[in-house]
Amino acid sequence: MTDALPDPVTFPMPRAAACPFDPAPELTRRSEESPVSRVRLWDGTTPWLVTRYDDVRAVLADPRVSVDVSQPGFPHTNAVSKARDARMKTLMQMDAPEHTAHRRLLTADFTIRKMEALRPRIQRIVDDLIDDLLAGPNPADLVEAVALPVPSLVICELLGVPYADRAFFQRVAGELVMDEGDPARALAAAEELNAYLEALVQAKSDKPGEDILSRLAVEQYRTGAMTLNDISTMGQLLLVAGHDTTANMIALGTAALLAHPGRLAAVRDGDPALVADAVEELLRYLSITHTEARRVAREDLEVGGTVIRAGEGIVVVKSTANRDPSAFPNPGVLDVRRKARHHVAFGYGVHQCLGQSLARVELQVVYGTLYRRVPTLAAAVPLEELEFKQQAVFYGVRELPVTW
Amino acid sequence: MKVTVDQDACTGSGQCVLVCPDVFDQREEDGIVVLLRDSPEPGLREGVGEAARLCPARAITLSGS
Repeated sequence: MTDALPDPVTFPMPRAAACPFDPAPELTRRSEESPVSRVRLWDGTTPWLVTRYDDVRAVLADPRVSVDVSQPGFPHTNAVSKARDARMKTLMQMDAPEHTAHRRLLTADFTIRKMEALRPRIQRIVDDLIDDLLAGPNPADLVEAVALPVPSLVICELLGVPYADRAFFQRVAGELVMDEGDPARALAAAEELNAYLEALVQAKSDKPGEDILSRLAVEQYRTGAMTLNDISTMGQLLLVAGHDTTANMIALGTAALLAHPGRLAAVRDGDPALVADAVEELLRYLSITHTEARRVAREDLEVGGTVIRAGEGIVVVKSTANRDPSAFPNPGVLDVRRKARHHVAFGYGVHQCLGQSLARVELQVVYGTLYRRVPTLAAAVPLEELEFKQQAVFYGVRELPVTW
Repeated sequence: MKVTVDQDACTGSGQCVLVCPDVFDQREEDGIVVLLRDSPEPGLREGVGEAARLCPARAITLSGS
Protein backbone atom coordinates (compact mmCIF):
# COMPACT_ATOMS: atom_id res chain seq x y z
CA MET A 1 0.00 0.00 0.00
CA THR A 2 1.21 3.49 -0.79
CA ASP A 3 0.35 6.93 0.47
CA ALA A 4 1.36 8.60 -2.80
CA LEU A 5 -1.35 10.64 -4.45
CA PRO A 6 -2.92 9.25 -7.60
CA ASP A 7 -1.63 10.84 -10.75
CA PRO A 8 -3.46 13.99 -11.83
CA VAL A 9 -5.06 12.69 -15.04
CA THR A 10 -6.26 9.23 -13.97
CA PHE A 11 -9.76 9.31 -12.49
CA PRO A 12 -10.45 9.89 -9.62
CA MET A 13 -7.96 12.74 -9.54
CA PRO A 14 -6.80 14.50 -6.38
CA ARG A 15 -8.00 18.01 -5.57
CA ALA A 16 -5.34 20.75 -5.50
CA ALA A 17 -3.69 21.41 -2.13
CA ALA A 18 -4.04 25.16 -2.71
CA CYS A 19 -7.79 24.89 -3.47
CA PRO A 20 -8.98 21.97 -1.34
CA PHE A 21 -12.66 22.90 -1.67
CA ASP A 22 -12.67 22.97 -5.48
CA PRO A 23 -13.08 20.02 -7.85
CA ALA A 24 -9.87 18.39 -9.11
CA PRO A 25 -8.16 20.83 -11.53
CA GLU A 26 -8.16 18.24 -14.32
CA LEU A 27 -11.94 17.82 -14.03
CA THR A 28 -12.45 21.59 -14.12
CA ARG A 29 -10.20 21.86 -17.18
CA ARG A 30 -12.20 19.13 -18.94
CA SER A 31 -15.52 20.79 -18.14
CA GLU A 32 -14.26 24.01 -19.72
CA GLU A 33 -12.51 22.51 -22.76
CA SER A 34 -14.16 19.21 -23.65
CA PRO A 35 -17.33 18.56 -21.66
CA VAL A 36 -17.72 14.98 -22.96
CA SER A 37 -14.38 13.22 -23.36
CA ARG A 38 -12.53 10.00 -22.60
CA VAL A 39 -10.80 9.56 -19.26
CA ARG A 40 -8.29 6.96 -18.12
CA LEU A 41 -8.93 4.70 -15.13
CA TRP A 42 -6.57 2.67 -12.94
CA ASP A 43 -7.00 -0.45 -15.11
CA GLY A 44 -6.22 1.32 -18.37
CA THR A 45 -9.83 1.47 -19.54
CA THR A 46 -11.10 4.76 -20.97
CA PRO A 47 -14.78 5.39 -20.23
CA TRP A 48 -16.54 8.65 -21.03
CA LEU A 49 -16.34 11.60 -18.68
CA VAL A 50 -19.44 13.84 -18.61
CA THR A 51 -18.88 17.14 -16.82
CA ARG A 52 -21.60 19.73 -17.53
CA TYR A 53 -24.78 20.29 -15.53
CA ASP A 54 -27.36 19.63 -18.26
CA ASP A 55 -25.49 16.57 -19.56
CA VAL A 56 -25.00 15.19 -16.05
CA ARG A 57 -28.72 15.48 -15.27
CA ALA A 58 -29.65 14.01 -18.66
CA VAL A 59 -27.40 10.96 -18.21
CA LEU A 60 -28.46 10.30 -14.62
CA ALA A 61 -32.17 10.43 -15.57
CA ASP A 62 -31.82 8.36 -18.77
CA PRO A 63 -33.39 4.87 -18.59
CA ARG A 64 -30.90 3.70 -21.26
CA VAL A 65 -28.16 4.18 -18.69
CA SER A 66 -27.53 1.44 -16.13
CA VAL A 67 -25.80 0.90 -12.77
CA ASP A 68 -25.15 -2.78 -13.57
CA VAL A 69 -21.65 -3.26 -12.21
CA SER A 70 -21.34 -6.69 -13.81
CA GLN A 71 -21.23 -5.14 -17.29
CA PRO A 72 -17.65 -5.34 -18.62
CA GLY A 73 -17.68 -1.64 -19.49
CA PHE A 74 -18.75 -0.46 -16.04
CA PRO A 75 -16.15 2.03 -14.71
CA HIS A 76 -14.82 0.82 -11.35
CA THR A 77 -12.57 3.32 -9.60
CA ASN A 78 -9.99 0.74 -8.51
CA ALA A 79 -9.48 -2.90 -7.56
CA VAL A 80 -11.26 -2.40 -4.24
CA SER A 81 -14.36 -0.89 -5.80
CA LYS A 82 -14.43 -3.68 -8.39
CA ALA A 83 -14.14 -6.42 -5.76
CA ARG A 84 -16.72 -4.74 -3.51
CA ASP A 85 -19.18 -4.32 -6.37
CA ALA A 86 -18.81 -7.96 -7.37
CA ARG A 87 -19.56 -9.07 -3.83
CA MET A 88 -22.30 -6.81 -2.55
CA LYS A 89 -25.36 -5.77 -4.52
CA THR A 90 -27.12 -2.87 -2.85
CA LEU A 91 -29.82 -0.52 -4.12
CA MET A 92 -27.09 1.49 -5.78
CA GLN A 93 -26.22 -1.42 -8.06
CA MET A 94 -29.80 -2.28 -9.10
CA ASP A 95 -31.71 -1.05 -12.14
CA ALA A 96 -35.50 -0.80 -12.38
CA PRO A 97 -37.70 -2.71 -11.72
CA GLU A 98 -35.58 -4.47 -9.04
CA HIS A 99 -34.36 -1.09 -7.79
CA THR A 100 -37.88 0.31 -7.53
CA ALA A 101 -39.10 -2.62 -5.45
CA HIS A 102 -36.14 -2.47 -3.05
CA ARG A 103 -36.08 1.30 -2.70
CA ARG A 104 -39.77 1.37 -1.86
CA LEU A 105 -39.09 -0.85 1.15
CA LEU A 106 -37.20 2.10 2.62
CA THR A 107 -38.73 5.30 1.28
CA ALA A 108 -41.36 5.45 4.02
CA ASP A 109 -38.59 5.65 6.61
CA PHE A 110 -37.05 8.80 5.10
CA THR A 111 -40.03 11.01 4.24
CA ILE A 112 -39.89 14.74 4.90
CA ARG A 113 -42.47 14.33 7.67
CA LYS A 114 -40.50 11.60 9.47
CA MET A 115 -37.25 13.52 9.20
CA GLU A 116 -38.83 16.74 10.46
CA ALA A 117 -40.23 14.80 13.41
CA LEU A 118 -36.64 13.80 14.22
CA ARG A 119 -35.44 17.42 14.32
CA PRO A 120 -35.91 17.92 18.11
CA ARG A 121 -34.06 14.67 18.82
CA ILE A 122 -31.20 15.69 16.49
CA GLN A 123 -31.11 19.12 18.15
CA ARG A 124 -30.74 17.43 21.53
CA ILE A 125 -27.93 15.22 20.26
CA VAL A 126 -26.09 18.22 18.82
CA ASP A 127 -26.59 20.30 21.98
CA ASP A 128 -25.26 17.48 24.16
CA LEU A 129 -22.20 17.00 21.96
CA ILE A 130 -21.46 20.74 22.02
CA ASP A 131 -21.81 20.70 25.84
CA ASP A 132 -19.20 17.93 25.92
CA LEU A 133 -16.96 19.78 23.48
CA LEU A 134 -17.02 22.95 25.57
CA ALA A 135 -16.37 21.01 28.78
CA GLY A 136 -13.42 19.15 27.26
CA PRO A 137 -9.89 20.08 26.25
CA ASN A 138 -9.33 23.10 24.00
CA PRO A 139 -8.29 22.73 21.17
CA ALA A 140 -10.25 19.67 20.08
CA ASP A 141 -10.84 17.65 16.92
CA LEU A 142 -14.26 18.60 15.55
CA VAL A 143 -14.47 15.37 13.52
CA GLU A 144 -14.22 13.26 16.65
CA ALA A 145 -16.28 15.60 18.86
CA VAL A 146 -19.22 16.49 16.59
CA ALA A 147 -18.98 15.64 12.89
CA LEU A 148 -18.83 11.86 13.26
CA PRO A 149 -20.99 11.30 16.36
CA VAL A 150 -24.02 13.29 15.13
CA PRO A 151 -24.84 11.18 12.05
CA SER A 152 -23.58 7.98 13.73
CA LEU A 153 -25.94 8.40 16.68
CA VAL A 154 -28.86 9.28 14.43
CA ILE A 155 -28.44 6.42 11.95
CA CYS A 156 -27.90 3.97 14.83
CA GLU A 157 -31.18 5.03 16.41
CA LEU A 158 -33.03 4.82 13.11
CA LEU A 159 -31.64 1.40 12.20
CA GLY A 160 -31.65 0.00 15.71
CA VAL A 161 -27.89 -0.58 15.84
CA PRO A 162 -26.46 -0.26 19.39
CA TYR A 163 -24.34 2.92 19.49
CA ALA A 164 -22.07 1.14 21.98
CA ASP A 165 -20.82 -0.86 18.99
CA ARG A 166 -19.72 2.30 17.16
CA ALA A 167 -15.99 1.66 17.48
CA PHE A 168 -16.53 -1.59 15.58
CA PHE A 169 -18.75 -0.35 12.79
CA GLN A 170 -16.96 2.96 12.33
CA ARG A 171 -13.75 1.01 11.80
CA VAL A 172 -15.21 -1.47 9.31
CA ALA A 173 -17.21 1.23 7.56
CA GLY A 174 -14.03 3.27 7.27
CA GLU A 175 -12.27 0.30 5.68
CA LEU A 176 -15.20 -0.21 3.32
CA VAL A 177 -15.16 3.32 1.95
CA MET A 178 -11.39 3.60 1.67
CA ASP A 179 -11.04 3.63 -2.05
CA GLU A 180 -7.47 2.41 -2.03
CA GLY A 181 -5.27 -0.39 -0.92
CA ASP A 182 -6.00 -4.02 -0.51
CA PRO A 183 -9.27 -5.48 -1.84
CA ALA A 184 -8.93 -8.40 0.60
CA ARG A 185 -8.99 -6.01 3.55
CA ALA A 186 -12.12 -4.20 2.30
CA LEU A 187 -13.86 -7.51 1.67
CA ALA A 188 -12.90 -8.79 5.10
CA ALA A 189 -14.42 -5.61 6.57
CA ALA A 190 -17.58 -6.15 4.54
CA GLU A 191 -17.74 -9.74 5.79
CA GLU A 192 -17.34 -8.65 9.42
CA LEU A 193 -20.04 -6.02 9.11
CA ASN A 194 -22.31 -8.47 7.33
CA ALA A 195 -21.97 -11.10 10.05
CA TYR A 196 -22.64 -8.46 12.71
CA LEU A 197 -25.77 -7.18 10.97
CA GLU A 198 -27.13 -10.65 10.17
CA ALA A 199 -26.92 -11.56 13.85
CA LEU A 200 -28.56 -8.26 14.75
CA VAL A 201 -31.44 -8.79 12.29
CA GLN A 202 -31.98 -12.30 13.67
CA ALA A 203 -32.14 -10.84 17.18
CA LYS A 204 -34.60 -8.18 15.98
CA SER A 205 -36.78 -10.87 14.44
CA ASP A 206 -36.89 -12.67 17.78
CA LYS A 207 -37.50 -9.47 19.75
CA PRO A 208 -38.43 -6.53 17.52
CA GLY A 209 -38.04 -2.89 18.53
CA GLU A 210 -39.15 0.38 16.96
CA ASP A 211 -36.53 0.66 14.25
CA ILE A 212 -35.90 0.00 10.56
CA LEU A 213 -34.05 -3.30 10.99
CA SER A 214 -36.85 -4.59 13.24
CA ARG A 215 -39.46 -3.61 10.68
CA LEU A 216 -37.53 -5.33 7.89
CA ALA A 217 -36.98 -8.39 10.09
CA VAL A 218 -40.70 -8.69 10.80
CA GLU A 219 -42.10 -7.74 7.40
CA GLN A 220 -39.46 -9.20 5.10
CA TYR A 221 -37.41 -11.86 6.91
CA ARG A 222 -40.18 -13.59 8.85
CA THR A 223 -42.36 -13.74 5.74
CA GLY A 224 -39.55 -15.21 3.68
CA ALA A 225 -39.52 -12.26 1.27
CA MET A 226 -35.89 -11.42 2.12
CA THR A 227 -32.99 -13.37 3.59
CA LEU A 228 -30.89 -12.23 6.53
CA ASN A 229 -28.18 -11.43 4.02
CA ASP A 230 -30.51 -9.26 1.90
CA ILE A 231 -31.46 -7.20 4.95
CA SER A 232 -27.88 -7.05 6.20
CA THR A 233 -26.77 -5.70 2.81
CA MET A 234 -29.44 -3.02 2.99
CA GLY A 235 -28.32 -2.22 6.54
CA GLN A 236 -24.70 -1.90 5.45
CA LEU A 237 -25.64 0.62 2.80
CA LEU A 238 -27.72 2.68 5.24
CA LEU A 239 -25.12 2.53 7.98
CA VAL A 240 -22.19 3.53 5.77
CA ALA A 241 -24.04 6.02 3.58
CA GLY A 242 -25.83 7.37 6.64
CA HIS A 243 -22.84 8.51 8.60
CA ASP A 244 -19.73 8.91 6.48
CA THR A 245 -21.40 11.37 4.09
CA THR A 246 -22.88 13.74 6.66
CA ALA A 247 -19.79 13.50 8.86
CA ASN A 248 -17.64 14.73 5.99
CA MET A 249 -20.09 17.51 5.17
CA ILE A 250 -20.11 18.75 8.77
CA ALA A 251 -16.33 18.88 9.07
CA LEU A 252 -15.48 20.00 5.54
CA GLY A 253 -18.35 22.52 5.56
CA THR A 254 -17.04 23.97 8.82
CA ALA A 255 -13.49 24.09 7.41
CA ALA A 256 -14.82 25.97 4.37
CA LEU A 257 -16.76 28.44 6.54
CA LEU A 258 -13.76 28.98 8.84
CA ALA A 259 -11.80 29.86 5.70
CA HIS A 260 -14.54 32.38 4.76
CA PRO A 261 -15.29 34.19 8.07
CA GLY A 262 -17.83 36.57 6.52
CA ARG A 263 -19.93 33.64 5.35
CA LEU A 264 -19.56 31.92 8.70
CA ALA A 265 -20.87 35.07 10.40
CA ALA A 266 -23.82 35.19 7.99
CA VAL A 267 -24.74 31.59 8.82
CA ARG A 268 -24.24 32.18 12.56
CA ASP A 269 -26.48 35.25 12.55
CA GLY A 270 -28.94 34.06 9.92
CA ASP A 271 -32.49 32.80 10.31
CA PRO A 272 -33.42 29.14 9.65
CA ALA A 273 -34.18 29.91 5.99
CA LEU A 274 -30.67 31.25 5.47
CA VAL A 275 -29.16 28.25 7.25
CA ALA A 276 -31.17 25.97 4.93
CA ASP A 277 -29.86 27.88 1.89
CA ALA A 278 -26.33 27.63 3.27
CA VAL A 279 -26.71 23.84 3.56
CA GLU A 280 -27.66 23.58 -0.12
CA GLU A 281 -24.83 25.90 -1.12
CA LEU A 282 -22.24 23.93 0.86
CA LEU A 283 -23.52 20.67 -0.64
CA ARG A 284 -23.09 22.24 -4.10
CA TYR A 285 -19.78 23.95 -3.43
CA LEU A 286 -18.08 20.97 -1.78
CA SER A 287 -19.62 18.06 -3.79
CA ILE A 288 -17.98 15.47 -1.56
CA THR A 289 -18.60 12.29 -3.58
CA HIS A 290 -15.01 11.91 -4.75
CA THR A 291 -15.72 8.86 -6.90
CA GLU A 292 -18.64 10.73 -8.55
CA ALA A 293 -21.51 8.77 -10.20
CA ARG A 294 -20.60 5.90 -12.53
CA ARG A 295 -22.80 4.22 -15.10
CA VAL A 296 -22.74 2.02 -18.20
CA ALA A 297 -24.76 2.62 -21.39
CA ARG A 298 -27.35 -0.08 -22.06
CA GLU A 299 -28.12 1.39 -25.51
CA ASP A 300 -26.50 3.96 -27.76
CA LEU A 301 -27.23 7.51 -26.62
CA GLU A 302 -26.12 11.01 -27.50
CA VAL A 303 -24.71 13.23 -24.77
CA GLY A 304 -23.69 16.80 -25.54
CA GLY A 305 -23.23 15.99 -29.23
CA THR A 306 -21.19 12.83 -28.60
CA VAL A 307 -22.51 9.35 -29.27
CA ILE A 308 -21.93 6.93 -26.40
CA ARG A 309 -22.25 3.31 -27.53
CA ALA A 310 -24.05 0.50 -25.74
CA GLY A 311 -21.67 -1.17 -23.30
CA GLU A 312 -19.43 1.87 -22.78
CA GLY A 313 -18.79 3.21 -19.30
CA ILE A 314 -19.64 6.75 -18.19
CA VAL A 315 -18.16 8.73 -15.29
CA VAL A 316 -20.77 11.36 -14.43
CA VAL A 317 -19.05 14.26 -12.67
CA LYS A 318 -21.32 15.92 -10.13
CA SER A 319 -18.58 18.18 -8.73
CA THR A 320 -18.07 20.05 -12.03
CA ALA A 321 -21.82 20.05 -12.81
CA ASN A 322 -22.24 21.86 -9.50
CA ARG A 323 -19.69 24.47 -10.68
CA ASP A 324 -21.27 24.92 -14.13
CA PRO A 325 -21.86 28.65 -14.71
CA SER A 326 -24.94 27.92 -16.84
CA ALA A 327 -26.65 26.56 -13.71
CA PHE A 328 -24.86 28.55 -10.97
CA PRO A 329 -23.62 32.08 -11.78
CA ASN A 330 -20.13 32.73 -10.35
CA PRO A 331 -19.91 29.07 -9.40
CA GLY A 332 -16.52 29.37 -7.70
CA VAL A 333 -17.95 31.74 -5.07
CA LEU A 334 -19.25 30.25 -1.82
CA ASP A 335 -22.44 32.32 -1.50
CA VAL A 336 -24.51 31.13 1.45
CA ARG A 337 -27.49 33.20 0.27
CA ARG A 338 -27.53 31.55 -3.16
CA LYS A 339 -30.59 29.49 -4.10
CA ALA A 340 -28.71 26.31 -4.98
CA ARG A 341 -31.29 23.62 -4.32
CA HIS A 342 -31.03 22.37 -7.92
CA HIS A 343 -27.48 21.09 -7.28
CA VAL A 344 -26.70 17.45 -8.03
CA ALA A 345 -24.67 16.71 -4.89
CA PHE A 346 -27.28 14.06 -3.98
CA GLY A 347 -27.27 12.79 -7.56
CA TYR A 348 -30.19 12.87 -9.94
CA GLY A 349 -32.52 10.28 -11.43
CA VAL A 350 -34.01 7.33 -9.59
CA HIS A 351 -30.84 6.75 -7.57
CA GLN A 352 -30.85 10.22 -6.02
CA CYS A 353 -29.91 9.93 -2.35
CA LEU A 354 -32.56 8.17 -0.29
CA GLY A 355 -31.41 9.84 2.92
CA GLN A 356 -31.18 13.40 1.61
CA SER A 357 -33.98 14.69 3.85
CA LEU A 358 -32.20 13.26 6.88
CA ALA A 359 -28.89 14.78 5.76
CA ARG A 360 -30.55 18.19 5.30
CA VAL A 361 -32.04 18.18 8.81
CA GLU A 362 -28.74 17.03 10.37
CA LEU A 363 -26.73 19.68 8.53
CA GLN A 364 -29.27 22.43 9.24
CA VAL A 365 -29.20 21.63 12.94
CA VAL A 366 -25.40 21.43 13.15
CA TYR A 367 -24.65 24.55 11.06
CA GLY A 368 -27.51 26.38 12.76
CA THR A 369 -26.30 25.52 16.28
CA LEU A 370 -22.52 25.08 16.39
CA TYR A 371 -21.44 28.61 15.35
CA ARG A 372 -24.12 30.23 17.49
CA ARG A 373 -23.20 28.32 20.61
CA VAL A 374 -19.45 28.62 19.98
CA PRO A 375 -19.17 32.11 18.44
CA THR A 376 -15.40 32.21 18.92
CA LEU A 377 -14.88 28.94 17.03
CA ALA A 378 -11.63 29.12 15.04
CA ALA A 379 -9.26 26.80 13.24
CA ALA A 380 -6.48 25.57 15.52
CA VAL A 381 -4.13 24.88 12.59
CA PRO A 382 -3.75 26.62 9.23
CA LEU A 383 -5.82 25.26 6.35
CA GLU A 384 -2.62 24.13 4.58
CA GLU A 385 -1.88 21.73 7.42
CA LEU A 386 -5.18 19.84 7.22
CA GLU A 387 -5.05 16.36 5.76
CA PHE A 388 -7.70 15.78 3.08
CA LYS A 389 -9.13 12.39 2.08
CA GLN A 390 -8.00 12.17 -1.52
CA GLN A 391 -8.60 8.44 -1.91
CA ALA A 392 -11.86 7.74 -0.15
CA VAL A 393 -15.32 7.48 -1.68
CA PHE A 394 -16.23 10.67 0.18
CA TYR A 395 -13.86 13.63 0.27
CA GLY A 396 -13.30 15.43 3.54
CA VAL A 397 -10.82 16.24 6.30
CA ARG A 398 -9.34 13.50 8.49
CA GLU A 399 -9.24 15.80 11.50
CA LEU A 400 -10.38 19.36 12.06
CA PRO A 401 -8.54 20.83 15.07
CA VAL A 402 -10.56 23.77 16.40
CA THR A 403 -10.24 26.19 19.28
CA TRP A 404 -12.66 28.69 20.87
CA MET B 1 -52.09 25.17 -14.87
CA LYS B 2 -52.77 21.47 -14.53
CA VAL B 3 -50.44 19.20 -12.54
CA THR B 4 -50.12 15.45 -12.92
CA VAL B 5 -47.83 13.07 -11.06
CA ASP B 6 -46.55 9.64 -12.06
CA GLN B 7 -46.60 7.52 -8.90
CA ASP B 8 -44.92 4.60 -10.66
CA ALA B 9 -41.95 6.76 -11.63
CA CYS B 10 -41.72 8.54 -8.24
CA THR B 11 -38.61 7.65 -6.29
CA GLY B 12 -39.68 9.18 -2.98
CA SER B 13 -36.92 11.77 -2.74
CA GLY B 14 -39.36 14.28 -1.22
CA GLN B 15 -38.01 17.29 -3.12
CA CYS B 16 -41.52 18.36 -4.21
CA VAL B 17 -42.82 18.27 -0.63
CA LEU B 18 -39.88 20.34 0.51
CA VAL B 19 -40.41 23.16 -2.00
CA CYS B 20 -44.21 23.05 -2.43
CA PRO B 21 -45.97 21.37 0.52
CA ASP B 22 -49.33 22.93 -0.40
CA VAL B 23 -49.51 20.89 -3.58
CA PHE B 24 -47.47 17.74 -2.90
CA ASP B 25 -47.33 15.25 -0.05
CA GLN B 26 -45.85 11.78 0.52
CA ARG B 27 -47.86 8.62 1.21
CA GLU B 28 -47.36 7.45 4.78
CA GLU B 29 -46.79 3.81 3.78
CA ASP B 30 -44.10 4.24 1.11
CA GLY B 31 -43.15 7.91 0.72
CA ILE B 32 -44.54 8.07 -2.82
CA VAL B 33 -45.92 11.40 -4.07
CA VAL B 34 -49.54 12.39 -3.45
CA LEU B 35 -51.06 15.32 -5.33
CA LEU B 36 -53.07 17.52 -2.97
CA ARG B 37 -54.48 19.75 -5.70
CA ASP B 38 -54.19 19.35 -9.45
CA SER B 39 -55.05 22.95 -10.39
CA PRO B 40 -52.95 25.09 -8.04
CA GLU B 41 -53.70 28.78 -7.57
CA PRO B 42 -51.42 31.29 -9.31
CA GLY B 43 -49.52 31.95 -6.08
CA LEU B 44 -48.33 28.34 -5.98
CA ARG B 45 -47.21 28.07 -9.58
CA GLU B 46 -43.64 29.10 -8.95
CA GLY B 47 -43.24 26.40 -6.32
CA VAL B 48 -44.90 23.80 -8.54
CA GLY B 49 -42.55 24.71 -11.38
CA GLU B 50 -39.54 24.36 -9.11
CA ALA B 51 -40.79 21.01 -7.85
CA ALA B 52 -41.14 19.76 -11.44
CA ARG B 53 -37.61 20.94 -12.31
CA LEU B 54 -36.11 19.39 -9.18
CA CYS B 55 -37.90 16.03 -9.35
CA PRO B 56 -35.12 13.47 -9.94
CA ALA B 57 -37.55 10.97 -11.45
CA ARG B 58 -39.19 13.55 -13.72
CA ALA B 59 -42.51 12.38 -12.31
CA ILE B 60 -44.25 15.79 -12.27
CA THR B 61 -45.85 17.12 -15.45
CA LEU B 62 -47.30 20.59 -15.91
CA SER B 63 -49.72 21.51 -18.65
CA GLY B 64 -51.78 24.54 -19.62
CA SER B 65 -50.98 28.11 -18.66
